[in-house]
Amino acid sequence: MKTSSLPTLAAPVNRRDFLKLSGLAGGGLALAFYIRSGDSATAAESATGDFTPNAFIRITPAGKVTIVSKQPEMGQGVKTSLPMIIAEQLEVPWNDITIEQGDFDAKYGGQSAGGSQSTPSNYDNFHLLGATARTMLVEAAAQTWGVPAAECRAEKAAVLHSSGKKLTYGQLVAKAAALPVPAKEAVKLKEPKDFKLLGTRVPQFDSRAIVTGQPLFGIDVKLPGLLYAAYEKCPAFGGKVVSANLDQIKALPGVKDAFVIEGNGKVKELVPGVAIVADSTWAAFSARKQLKVVWDEGKVAGESWETFVAEAKAKAAQPGARTLRKDGDADAALASSAKVVTADYVYPFISHANLEPQNTTAHWKDGVMEVWSPTQIPSIGVGLVNKALGIPADKIKLHLNRAGGGFGRRIGADYLVEAAAIAQRVPAPVKLTWSREDDLRHDQFRPGGLHFLKGGLDANGKVVAWKNHFFTFGEGGSPGSGGGLSGDEFPGRWIANYHAEQTMFDTGWPMGPWRAPGSCVFAWVIHSFIDELAHAGGRDPLELRLELLGSKDEMPAGGGGAAAKGKQGGPPYNVARMRNVLKFAAEKAGWGKKKFPKGTGAGLAFHFSHRGYFAQVAEVTVSKDGQLKVDRFVTGVDIGAQVVNLSGADNQVEGSVIDALGVLMFQELNIERGRVVQSNFHDYPMIRITDAPAKIETHYLKTNYPTTGLGEPALPPVAPAVCNAIFAATGKRVRQFPLSRTDLRWS
Amino acid sequence: MKYTLTVNGVARTVDAAPDTPLLWVLRDNLALVGTKFGCGIGQCGACTIHLNGVPTRACMTPVSTVGRMKVTTIEGLAADAGKLHPVQQAWVDLDVAQCGYCQAGQIMTAAALLKDNPKPTDDDIDGAMAGNLCRCATYMRIRAGIKRAAGLTAGGKEAAQ
Repeated sequence: MKTSSLPTLAAPVNRRDFLKLSGLAGGGLALAFYIRSGDSATAAESATGDFTPNAFIRITPAGKVTIVSKQPEMGQGVKTSLPMIIAEQLEVPWNDITIEQGDFDAKYGGQSAGGSQSTPSNYDNFHLLGATARTMLVEAAAQTWGVPAAECRAEKAAVLHSSGKKLTYGQLVAKAAALPVPAKEAVKLKEPKDFKLLGTRVPQFDSRAIVTGQPLFGIDVKLPGLLYAAYEKCPAFGGKVVSANLDQIKALPGVKDAFVIEGNGKVKELVPGVAIVADSTWAAFSARKQLKVVWDEGKVAGESWETFVAEAKAKAAQPGARTLRKDGDADAALASSAKVVTADYVYPFISHANLEPQNTTAHWKDGVMEVWSPTQIPSIGVGLVNKALGIPADKIKLHLNRAGGGFGRRIGADYLVEAAAIAQRVPAPVKLTWSREDDLRHDQFRPGGLHFLKGGLDANGKVVAWKNHFFTFGEGGSPGSGGGLSGDEFPGRWIANYHAEQTMFDTGWPMGPWRAPGSCVFAWVIHSFIDELAHAGGRDPLELRLELLGSKDEMPAGGGGAAAKGKQGGPPYNVARMRNVLKFAAEKAGWGKKKFPKGTGAGLAFHFSHRGYFAQVAEVTVSKDGQLKVDRFVTGVDIGAQVVNLSGADNQVEGSVIDALGVLMFQELNIERGRVVQSNFHDYPMIRITDAPAKIETHYLKTNYPTTGLGEPALPPVAPAVCNAIFAATGKRVRQFPLSRTDLRWS
Repeated sequence: MKYTLTVNGVARTVDAAPDTPLLWVLRDNLALVGTKFGCGIGQCGACTIHLNGVPTRACMTPVSTVGRMKVTTIEGLAADAGKLHPVQQAWVDLDVAQCGYCQAGQIMTAAALLKDNPKPTDDDIDGAMAGNLCRCATYMRIRAGIKRAAGLTAGGKEAAQ
């Protein structure tokens, strides 16, 4: 997206880019990272006598160490895990460190929390940040003592000389602050074998504030003179306001103003609606109940999920509108297969349902829009305010609040720009709070989809043909986020006769990234169908998967024949890592070694996404009346060489497992006539503690690869592992989400 | 209308419409924002407080019905200021939270459970906590946190309020 002078922050930032970005904010200095006081804030702090070797670290003469967390925190734990990396290299005890949430500021070199990229994008940089500061403190001590730096070492926020002399970091601040920042070649990084903090279990820095109810979240923002807003949008996506009873609303108790906002014509940006501004949240919510709006719903009111499903079923056997990948001749191979398996898989649209409803506080004053928001990618919000309201980007100040859940929803910034648009009309700071109903009905949804599959087996049960006619949903001519199936998606590239085609229904429905976009549904379809093929061919599901993966160690991206040329994508697939983590998970679970009586069973699946390799085994019980219970869930994780925070890592995996189980069991959002049918948690149920597995085990397979993220990649294989276990237990195949659509009773 | 409420042991007078849910009185009038808005219809439990010690949904409790009942919020759960209730301490020790938004409600429900049932079974825990949604799905650690707090309580270090 174009956001004037702001750098695009969504892309992974490598070390070189990071230095360059820091330089952009460096006020003319070459590289802010290397040269202290690159920006006015740091310079001001330097005047207090603190040591601020970069934008992230501040040490006072009293020895107080503060680390700035630049990434938005939404429960993925980065406000703790990334500062842990600095602390490790800086040699400061964890409990002595204070962490501050940074505002959105180019000096931090990118603040996008999405795509499980916070860790891989920042891992190397953060080691260097901490190590550079430590190197300077050691040098300051060496100069003080007149000894070589090599005779000194840092430990527990102090520098020690081999003679036994010791100076604390606080004592060294003045001297260190006067030193030039060393070139990175002169900085020695602490070796992984010497890590004392990384890989341990560290509770989140905000734990105490969370459990005592301190203000942390966007919705908790308080400002003097704060007003409260509600915003009514058309139930049908993108509908416009024709008229509203504004005079009547303005006369209601507590109401300060009510007005129409036209919107900018984009269903995921500034959506038209009626704003009500009041002296309390409840006054705004109450007045809203009296609001009467005449809407122009537009053509979206003619679009319904069920109509699209019927059309997909009617067209399933016809050629798709587009070829995603064509290798060999799947039709011919199916015709000559010893056995052909046919299956249709369907999943609905779903919502993110962050528990903290969307909200933002904004204050328009003296030509500056100051915003407080729980957002995942702050540059998107600033870009939208700039674009929709015409406020220059350098007149938009954005504070990042802890978000009550992200899951991809808060990559969209529709709620942020709504708050800013309302604030522009109000002579006071104003907090916009969405109701739960707003949140469910005006989400940017995970698109649903249908897959019509055919698989061919030879006489030995080997997979020789794979055909998929995939129906997806688009907006503005391309598939919604997570609605695009890559031609490289496994088992594309692995099967000689492979044909994936796509037909898209273009809609006016807002769609957006939902935790592990695409992967979160494709893994279920693919690994459920592989399981069908295994059973049809009389093969063990693990053994057939290992045969499918084959003996090659790496599968390059691309290929796929002339028909799909230029339409391939995706990273190279490290097949050896996947084979290893699959065997690892199977071994931890005791795959093939247990006897499961009828009504119980095990299933497995694997998936590569977000640079991580994951394999999972579910063990389930299905009662005779069809009730599912997950007895044990085992995950094998390969995210490379280093788990940063073991507590946070386990939390991400456990959360992913239960989240995916909840989607499988309960979630379904119906869209009729261009609007959402459900409204709140009574008709859009989420998983509760009663359905959480009895036991979840997470095992890390350490490999010699760069450390990668954990917010998403544990989720995709969960649903197929559970569904495959359900089949093992009952002989019933789940081909539709949610589970309530499949009769699991057995006798 | 003016109402005088007893919130965390302190008398607080607020001016609010009679139908205002206690949730919004706490958050907007009294700046006690630990009690969270999640659904507004009593389905998610994020707004759980204690009324005379009974876990209650603040989003479904009009301020006019509170009267002299004692309101305890997450900010006032610990008996001594500056200390943590055993459930809060267990939540920190086990790093229960992910986003943390629901956890005030979870802790209020768990504290009430342990007061009534100091040694809950797994089924007791699931039964008592079933009304509290956690979108991040921290349920494994919520179970473990309650068991840990139950151990602390039994050890007599701090009595559950």
